[in-house]
Amino acid sequence: MAEKFLMKGNEALGEAAIRSGCKHFFGYPITPQTELSAYMAKQMPKINGTFLQAESEIAAANMVLGAASAGVRAMTSSSSPGISLKSEAVSYIAGSDLPCLIVNVMRGGPGLGGIQPSQADYWQATKALGHGDYQLLVYAPASVQEMVDLVGKAFDTADKYRMPAMILADGMLGQMMEPVAFPDKIEPEDLPKKEWATTGTKGEREHNIVNSLYLKPEILEKMVVERFKRYETVKQNEVMVEEYLTEDADIITVAYGASARVTRSAVNMAREKGIKVGMIRPITLWPFPEKTISATADKVNKMLVVEMSMGQMVEDVKLAVNGKCDVEFYGRTGGIIPKPREVFEQIELLAK
Amino acid sequence: MAIVFEKTKGLTDADLHYCPGCTHGIIHRIVAESLVELDILEKSVIICPVGCSVMAYDYFTCDAIEAPHGRAPAVATGVKRALPDNFVFTYQGDGDLAAIGTAETVHAATRGENITVIFVNNTIYGMTGGQMAPTSLPGQVTQTTPYGRNPKEAGYPVKVCEMLSTLDGVAFAQRVSVDTPKNINEAKKAIKKAFKAQLDKKGFSIIEVLSTCPTNWGMTPIDALERLRTEMMPYYPLGVYKDRTEEGVF
Repeated sequence: MAEKFLMKGNEALGEAAIRSGCKHFFGYPITPQTELSAYMAKQMPKINGTFLQAESEIAAANMVLGAASAGVRAMTSSSSPGISLKSEAVSYIAGSDLPCLIVNVMRGGPGLGGIQPSQADYWQATKALGHGDYQLLVYAPASVQEMVDLVGKAFDTADKYRMPAMILADGMLGQMMEPVAFPDKIEPEDLPKKEWATTGTKGEREHNIVNSLYLKPEILEKMVVERFKRYETVKQNEVMVEEYLTEDADIITVAYGASARVTRSAVNMAREKGIKVGMIRPITLWPFPEKTISATADKVNKMLVVEMSMGQMVEDVKLAVNGKCDVEFYGRTGGIIPKPREVFEQIELLAK
Repeated sequence: MAIVFEKTKGLTDADLHYCPGCTHGIIHRIVAESLVELDILEKSVIICPVGCSVMAYDYFTCDAIEAPHGRAPAVATGVKRALPDNFVFTYQGDGDLAAIGTAETVHAATRGENITVIFVNNTIYGMTGGQMAPTSLPGQVTQTTPYGRNPKEAGYPVKVCEMLSTLDGVAFAQRVSVDTPKNINEAKKAIKKAFKAQLDKKGFSIIEVLSTCPTNWGMTPIDALERLRTEMMPYYPLGVYKDRTEEGVF
């Protein structure tokens, strides 16, 4: 059995990235993700890697753009306000078809908001992390072990489809400690070669250009349409979702990340009272598990979406349900984590 | 017949889109020639800015990245950290480098990032049609300073070489001009010295090139060169502002 470590979510993200062959981390301090930077600052020199504390979130994300162009696995991390600053570079990264990893350990917003856990950046992550037509892979872990597992998955999938990936966690997952096991370390040299990378022509090929500028509309349209064809393949192949006690359920809850942990407890409480309730937990927020939700909507009368926001993912659930059953929402925001009892009471109301 | 002159292998055959009389073409050529003469073209990565030289990636035959506006030094940092044995340089205009990208410029410099910056200063935003740049001179008429740049309203110009020369991470900073054949030769020498500083891992190097924009200055190319000499050079004196290429910055 693999050795287990008791680790904070933020530190586990760092160790998982290193084991995935990431030797280049560019950060900027912000609560509640700073432990990740601190971990990388400690570990990177030991593996002859790069830890660089940039002058801003903007610069850190652009350093990732540069390192990703050079063909290496590169990452940056931040929390909500800092992600807004990174969004410029992420748009360029997507427009230049570069793979990389961005971690968002969400806190309350808008503005400077607060420093307690939140899920209010769902829209930002899945719809509008920057200007233009593009998507990024969005993974939403619900445990420290899943944070570890999804880091490797995110790097692999980003490389495969040449697109940026995000781990969308929150302050609760980042700060809490759980036992985790890590996969074996991948050496960067063993990863597939990136023929498109700007590593110097060495006189062996034409120059490689990493670019997102296409002044002719016909060409830009073609580039974007081709990218969206790739996104369709991603939607077909890369959806990750957990179904919990959904088989016989009359009521389905939908929740991700920290909310899903709370909701799972509420579902268990309701089951003890004889209420047939289950949970769908999207693990990828983009691509969204719309097929699972749509198929489930054929079988149940009611869904309850639980989020630590004023209701963002609920819109995607409604789109997937497409009127086939009622969709209710329960959320707390501003850094409040709902208690299992609160969610249980909502389930009880729906069961009446 | 013997070949007495050849176009540099550092540039592609693409038609340059620059306006007639613009000095970007000269600067491209001496940068490309320097890459070839130092035999580093094949390991070079150019980071292009947003501005008139945004499409330099089509003109240089080395690998190229097009950066977001002002972020070229940060992108170059990422490349250089990943590929320390490659040669990495940015090519940026005044708006890109000294306004929106000031933080990236100053911090790459103060980190002693082992990259080279080619900074083209023509005192105007060219690509967007002639607005005030951070280096526009007091009194200069632009689209956004129609009554002339009034420092009381619009502030003073940024003197980039002077500013960066105060930073410990800068190994080499020189301001040059491309207004005469003599100055073009001087500029090329300076560029090669800056490139050499990077190759010898001495720290951050920057060459500021005084340049013209006849189109947006509303002048003939010849009058534009005269303005460069009579108005720009007094405000932005040519010369070496920092030279630690022997000892290095660390």
